[in-house]
Amino acid sequence: MLGKLTWDAIPWDQPIPLVAGSVVALVILAVVAWIVLAGHLPYLWREWITSVDHKRIGVMYVLLGLVMLLRGFIDAVMMRSQQALAFHAAGYLPPEHYDQIFSAHGTIMIFFAAMPLMIGLMNLVVPLQLGVRDVAFPTLNSTSFWLTATGALLVNISLVVGEFARTGWLAYPPLSELPYSPGVGVDYYVWALLISGVGTLMTGINFVTTILKIRAPGMSYMRMSMFCWTALASNLLIVAAFPILTATLLMLTLDRYLGFHFFTNEAGGNMMMFINLIWAWGHPEVYILVLPAFGIYSEVISTFSSKPLFGYRSMVVATMFICLVSFMVWLHHFFTMGAGADVNAFFGISTSIIAVGTGVKVYNWMFTMYGGRIRFATPMLWSVGFIVTFVLGGMTGVLLAVPPADFQLHNSLFLVAHFHNVIIGGVLFAGFAGLTYWFPKAFGFRLAESWGKAAFWLSLLGFYVTFVPLYVAGLLGMTRRLQHYEVAAWRPWVVVAGIGIVVMVGALACQVIQLIVSIRRRGELRDVTGDPWDGRSLEWATASPPPAFNFAVLPEVHGEEPYWGIKRRAIATQQLAAEPRYAAIEIPRNSPTGFITAFFSTITGFAFIWHIWWLAAAGLIAAYAVFVWFAWRDVEELVVPAEDVARLDRARRQAREAWLAAHAGAGEPA
Amino acid sequence: MSLLPAIPIVLLVLPLAACAGGVLDPQGPIADANAKILLNALEIMLAIVVPTILAALIFAWWFRASNTRATYMPDWVYSGRIEIIVWAIPLLVILFLGGVIWIGAHQLDPFRPIESQTKPMQVQVVSLDWKWLFLYPDQGIAAVNELVIPAATPVHFSLTSASVMNMFFVPQLGSMIATMNGMVTQLHLQADQPGEFYGQSAQFSGDGFSDMNFTVRALPQDAFEAWVAGTRGSGPALDRAAYLALARQSRNVRPFTYPAVDPGLFQAIASQELPPGPGPQAGAGDVTVRPVPER
Repeated sequence: MLGKLTWDAIPWDQPIPLVAGSVVALVILAVVAWIVLAGHLPYLWREWITSVDHKRIGVMYVLLGLVMLLRGFIDAVMMRSQQALAFHAAGYLPPEHYDQIFSAHGTIMIFFAAMPLMIGLMNLVVPLQLGVRDVAFPTLNSTSFWLTATGALLVNISLVVGEFARTGWLAYPPLSELPYSPGVGVDYYVWALLISGVGTLMTGINFVTTILKIRAPGMSYMRMSMFCWTALASNLLIVAAFPILTATLLMLTLDRYLGFHFFTNEAGGNMMMFINLIWAWGHPEVYILVLPAFGIYSEVISTFSSKPLFGYRSMVVATMFICLVSFMVWLHHFFTMGAGADVNAFFGISTSIIAVGTGVKVYNWMFTMYGGRIRFATPMLWSVGFIVTFVLGGMTGVLLAVPPADFQLHNSLFLVAHFHNVIIGGVLFAGFAGLTYWFPKAFGFRLAESWGKAAFWLSLLGFYVTFVPLYVAGLLGMTRRLQHYEVAAWRPWVVVAGIGIVVMVGALACQVIQLIVSIRRRGELRDVTGDPWDGRSLEWATASPPPAFNFAVLPEVHGEEPYWGIKRRAIATQQLAAEPRYAAIEIPRNSPTGFITAFFSTITGFAFIWHIWWLAAAGLIAAYAVFVWFAWRDVEELVVPAEDVARLDRARRQAREAWLAAHAGAGEPA
Repeated sequence: MSLLPAIPIVLLVLPLAACAGGVLDPQGPIADANAKILLNALEIMLAIVVPTILAALIFAWWFRASNTRATYMPDWVYSGRIEIIVWAIPLLVILFLGGVIWIGAHQLDPFRPIESQTKPMQVQVVSLDWKWLFLYPDQGIAAVNELVIPAATPVHFSLTSASVMNMFFVPQLGSMIATMNGMVTQLHLQADQPGEFYGQSAQFSGDGFSDMNFTVRALPQDAFEAWVAGTRGSGPALDRAAYLALARQSRNVRPFTYPAVDPGLFQAIASQELPPGPGPQAGAGDVTVRPVPER
C-alpha cells in the first residue's frame, strides 16, 4: 500500500536531522496556524498563491531563493565545521550524513537558491524594462514557480523522511546506480530535479517568447536594457540546456526503476556518457546563472555612475558570444577522464576563449565608471566588490582550463574555491545588488542602507577568509568531499576557512536585520516617485510598487535608455508629457492552476520515490487533468476600468510633478 | 603592463603552498612540468589581472560623486579605440595562453610515456570500495593501500575500477587519472628521489571515500628489490576468490601485501569477466531506504 515507506524511514537514530527537521516542521506549522487563525489565508490565496502577476511571482521566487539560501548556508556551516574538527578525528557528522549534506548543499544552492534568485529578479524586472504588462504566458509562469517550489519541497522532505543523495550534487553513476545507492536518496534527487526542471524549461520558453515578441512600441532589440539582453541569452540557454538535464536524469531514473543499462557497469552501460551529458547541461547552467548577474551589474553600475553603459553594442556582442561559446566547453569538467591530448587541448582553449567575452564586459564596466559621478549605495558596493572578486575567480578558472594544471588541481579544494569564487562573487553578489536595487520597485520602500553596507563588507571579508585558504589547501593537494583527513599541512587552512564562515554568519545576520529594520522604518524609507535611484530604464517610469497593469499607457520608446529620455524632456520643459487618454486595460485573471498542478506533482514525485505506484498514477492523472481543465476553461480576463487606470496614474503623475517642482532649475538631476 | 605588481602576490601565496607536500612541491618530472605550466599561466594572467583590478578600484574611487576634481562626462559612452583595446587585451592573452594549453596538453598527456633510459616499471591499479589495490605483474605480487616503487624509474600505471569511479592521484608525483569499471586508463609518473608521498582518490566514491588514501614509498633500486623479495615470503595469495572477498565494501583498511597474484586478475577485472564489486549489503535498517554500510 505504501511502497517502501515505513516508520523506519524517519532517522530516529540521527539526532541532527531529526531535531532540525522537527524545528523546521514546527516553524512551518506555526506560520500556517498564524496565517489561518489571523484570517490571512484568503488574502494569501487570492493575491499571492494564485497570482499570475509577474511581479508577485518574481517576489515569491526571490523569497524561495532566500529561504533555500539559508538552508544551503546551514549545510555549508556544518561542512566547514566538520572539516575543521575532523583532523585525525571522526568529527560530529558520520559519513552517511556528511555525504548527504554536501550533496544537498550543491543541489540546493544551484537549483533552489541561485536559480530562483535570478529567475525571480528576471520576473520582477524584465516585463517592466520592456515596457509591457506581463510575460507572454502568465499562468505558465505561475506553474513554473510552483513546480520549482515542488522540487525544493521534495529535497527538504528528504531531511526527515528517508535520506538525500550521498553522491555529490551531480550524482555520477555508477555510484548513483541502484547497486551502490540502493536507498531513496538518489530518487529524491532525480524527482526533485525532474519536476523543477520542467518548471525551469517553461520559464525559459516564457521569457524567450516575451523578449522576442512582446516589447513596448519602439523598443527595438538594440534599445533593450542590458539586463533584458542577458535575460534573453540566459533563457535561450535554458531552452537549449534543460532538456539535456531532464533527458539525462530520466535515463538514470530508467536505470534505477526499470533495470535499464544506460550508465551501469554491466550490460554495456557507460558512466562516461552521463558525465558528458550532465556537463553539456552543467556548463551552460553556469552561464544561465551568471549572465543575468552580468545584466544586473550593468544596470547598477550605469545607474550609480550616472552614465549610460559604456560600449553597449560591444556588451551585447560579448553577451551573445558567451551564450554561444558556453555550449562548447563542457569537457573541461573532466580533463582527467583520459580523453586524450587533442580533445583536452581543444576544450582548454575554447574554455579560455569565453574569458574574452567576460574580459570585455569587465573593461566596459570600468569605462562606465570612468567619467561618472559614482554614488556608493549598497548595490554599487556589491558591484565593485564583484568586479574585484570575479576577476580573480575568472583567473583561477582559466588556470583550471589549462589541462596540465587541471591534472593537479581537478576536484581539489582549489576547484571548490574557484567555483565559489565565481558563484558567490558573481551570482550571489548580483542577487544582493539586484535585491537592494529593485526592492523599492517591488515594495515601495528602500532597504536601510547602513545594514546593507555592513552586510556587504562582512560578506566580502567572509568570502576571502573562507575561500583563499581553500585555494591554498587545494594547492597542498587536498581533495574535496573529505569527511575526515590525516594530513597535518591542510589543517590550519581548513580552520581559517571555518573562521571565515563565522564572518559569513555575521553577514547573514546583517541581511536579516536589514530586512526587519527596513520594514519597521518603511515610512521614512518610502519611495514616492517610483524612481528612487535616478534610474534610466523603463521600470522606473511607473509607480513603486507598480499597479497590476504596470503602465497606464504603454510607453513610446525613441532610443536607448528610454526613461532617461523621458526624464530629460520633463526636466528641460519643466513639465511631464501631456496626460494620455486612459483606456480600460485587460489583465489576466489569477489562476490556481500552477499551485494545484504543483500539489499533484509533489504527490507524484513523493510516490515515485517511495514506490507507491497507485498514488504516483493518481497524482500524474490529476496533474494532467488540471492542465486540461485550464486549457478548456472559458472565462473572461479581468478588465481594469479606465477611471481606475486614470486614478492610479494621476496619483503617480502628481508625485512626479512634485518631484519636478522640487528640482526646478537644478538642471541635471543629482 | 609589467610583471611587477604580480610579484608580491606570487611571493606571498607560493611559499605557503610550496612548503609541505603539495602540487607546488613536485618530486618527479610530471609534477614538475605541471607545476611549471601552472605557474607560467598564473603569471601571464596576473600581468593583466592585477592592473585591471587596480584600475577598477582607482576608477571607482576617483570618480566618486563627492570628488569635485573629477570630470563628469555623462555622455561619454563609446570610443572605438577603447573597444579595440578591450577586445584585444583578453584576446591576445588567450592566444598566448592557447599556445601554452595546446603544447601542455600534448606534452603532458597522462597516456604519454616518460622519456627515460630506464625501462619503465609496470603497475596495475584497481580502485575498490574503499581501498586501492596495486598489482605488480612483473613481480607477481600485490599490495593494498601502499604503493612501493623504485625511485628514478618511470612507472607505467594501467588503471581500472572494481566498482564506482575513482581518481588516482599522488599530488607530488603529478597528474591524476580516472579509474572506471570496464575500462583501462594509463598514467606515467616517476619519483626522482626516494621518499614517501601522500596518495588519494580525487573522485568521491561513497561513504568510505575519506579513507581511500595510500602512501607511496619510493625506494632505491636495491631496497625496492629487497621489498619485493620480502613480500614474496608469506601469507595467502590473491586468487579470484580472495579478490571477490576483497572487493566487498570495507573502510579504513591498513596496508598489507599479497605474495602471489593470479596473473590474469587485472584483465579479468577490467574486462568484467569478474563481476563489479557489490554495493552495501547489510547494516542497520532497510538497505533500500537508508543504507548504512558495515564498518
